[in-house]
Amino acid sequence: MSWQNWLNFIIDALTFGATFMYGSTGEIITEKSGHLNLGIPGIMCMGGAGGCLMLSLVGGSSLPPFLIVILGILASFLTASLMGAIYCFLTVTLRSNQNVTGLALTTFGVGLMKVIMSNKNIINVKNYLVIPKEYYRWPFSLIQKDLQAADLAAMGGLGIMFFLAVAIAIIASYVLYHTKVGLNLRAIGENAATADAAGINVSRYKYCATIIGSGIAGLGGLYYIIDYMVSQEAYLSLEAFGWLSIALVIFVLWRPHLTIPGSFIFGILFSCSSFIAIIPGITVTMAAKPLLRMLPYVVTVLVLIISSIRNKRENQPPASLGVNYFREER
Amino acid sequence: MIHLAKRDKIHPAAAWGIRIAAFVLGLLVCGLLAFLMIDKLRNNPAKISDFYLSFINGISSSNAANIWMNRKFWVFLKNLALLLCVALALTPAFRMRFWNIGGEGQTLIGVLAAIAVSFYMGGKGKTALNPEWVIIPLMLVAAVIAGALWALIPALFKSKWNTNETLFTLMMNYIAIELVSYFLIVWVPNGSSALGELPYGHMPDLVVYPEKAVAPANKYLLIVLIVLVVSVLLFVYLSRSKHGYEISVVGESERTARYIGINVKKVTIRTMILSGALCGLAGFLIAACLDHSVNTDSVGGQGFTAIMVSWLANFNPLVMIFTSGIIVFLNQGASQISTTFNVSGAFPSVVIGVMLFFIIGSEFFIRYKLCRSRDEGKEKVK
Repeated sequence: MSWQNWLNFIIDALTFGATFMYGSTGEIITEKSGHLNLGIPGIMCMGGAGGCLMLSLVGGSSLPPFLIVILGILASFLTASLMGAIYCFLTVTLRSNQNVTGLALTTFGVGLMKVIMSNKNIINVKNYLVIPKEYYRWPFSLIQKDLQAADLAAMGGLGIMFFLAVAIAIIASYVLYHTKVGLNLRAIGENAATADAAGINVSRYKYCATIIGSGIAGLGGLYYIIDYMVSQEAYLSLEAFGWLSIALVIFVLWRPHLTIPGSFIFGILFSCSSFIAIIPGITVTMAAKPLLRMLPYVVTVLVLIISSIRNKRENQPPASLGVNYFREER
Repeated sequence: MIHLAKRDKIHPAAAWGIRIAAFVLGLLVCGLLAFLMIDKLRNNPAKISDFYLSFINGISSSNAANIWMNRKFWVFLKNLALLLCVALALTPAFRMRFWNIGGEGQTLIGVLAAIAVSFYMGGKGKTALNPEWVIIPLMLVAAVIAGALWALIPALFKSKWNTNETLFTLMMNYIAIELVSYFLIVWVPNGSSALGELPYGHMPDLVVYPEKAVAPANKYLLIVLIVLVVSVLLFVYLSRSKHGYEISVVGESERTARYIGINVKKVTIRTMILSGALCGLAGFLIAACLDHSVNTDSVGGQGFTAIMVSWLANFNPLVMIFTSGIIVFLNQGASQISTTFNVSGAFPSVVIGVMLFFIIGSEFFIRYKLCRSRDEGKEKVK
């Protein structure tokens, strides 16, 4: 196998992984505030739908390309944050059970996305998929022909949203571990009552963390549909990657910057079945594919078990994950 | 200033008033959403009555001769029973605050085990069973053991090392799904992964309406009866037995449980085995009474919906009959809407999602009350 093949494989795994990079970075920010948001699959779906809806409107217009790119990202972020706001209102203000609310949000989001995306009157394939693809993959789309000539087609899959995912993961990590805001947020996730006593506005932090986290996760949906898959059927398979994003959160032990290598590993595990076949000396049967796809989940379970056995403080889930905070209930 | 206080108790009538108000409000919002999304409705607003009538039409065929022949009604009962069975299975775990969200996987692995038995042991040849019906109890045992095992794994780690059970059981769902796709590739040589109906291991129909052997009542009654019995038994187990008491104490406070001499580890493991075994039973019902086959969507998300059913009923097995009825009612009504108005088959999820938001939100007004703080001038109370 030539070095180009290897590089293509690595880049493909990286670009595939960016979907979970968004999803799990968003979920980590939410979970650090003590809220287990199982609505992430629904939120990612709605992020995708919101972005596609906006691109259907503006994608074919004469607006400058960079504006189209920004509008798509913005719409996706806002739609997803709105979903996060619903979750937050129910769990923070109305103190509903987090698991139940999250699952309801996933049911709602996945359903609504399918209804929107299958409505040909409002979704225009040419506008949301065919035209913006070039814009989102700037600058690699300009040298597409040269890349293909050099057997590096996968590199054309890199683009603005891939680098945005990496940037967001690094920024999120910096904010969480090197700023006062991050310290406060982590304090709330560990013990909201103590944080409250220290004068931190618990509800405001929880709202901000969930809404921003959801917005980031939503971008993963848009990225998957219009940039990684570039297919009008892509939305049908999006939900599974929402769940995989939640798995990745555990895999990287709640550290946003680790989602970069983590999503790469998940990307390899999930897509290697098609690549292993071209490595000489390895034969992969059809039956091995599901087993390879099972690996990310198995590895996640192992990480969960090992981290609970080692019981090191810094590798644990936030202590009050899944527990709502009610000040008068102490 | 306004602050929140927990209610000591609320009059049941007031609680139901709040719930019904939330339900009606939810339905109105669904209508509004439908107005935005369904073109046929927007062009012809008078059709909104059809929209709401669809909920009734969804659970009752209009041309049925009598109740035994009313197909949609029996499909409603069957769906209710299946969802209820999974919800019942999860309930013992929830009662001890063990968030078992792996109902989907535990049920699916039950279906897989039952079908595996019928695949390898059914039919003629060397392994032929004599008499042939022996395969049915074997399928049941396999399904129950598989479900119990799938629940036991997270329980063991939870009780030994306090591994987070919510995340663990969630992951087990997807391991089960990939396991099913693995076996489908192994079992179906042509690569289509569509197993088709197996001819062996069918539960017999209970014939209650002999005039028409094909009456839907005959086909589904057995499932309904089995699940009804299970829900009564589980109610008795949880509210009248020592085990049920132990589960409640562990759920209320693990420390209290330890102090009064309850072996928390033992209770956790025992309860999760029960939980998984009941999921396996649901899987057996799907395999032996309905599908006679397996695919990755055999459970179809009911494992997740069941969590909400159980929670809405406040973990009471008898109230769950009612709450799963509501969810199935909404689901079938909304499916009817998607055929009547020609919208995406995903529309029921939207309706259920919206209704759940309202029902979940309404619980807040039942559990808490808003009070006006009296000492506003002296001290700011937030």
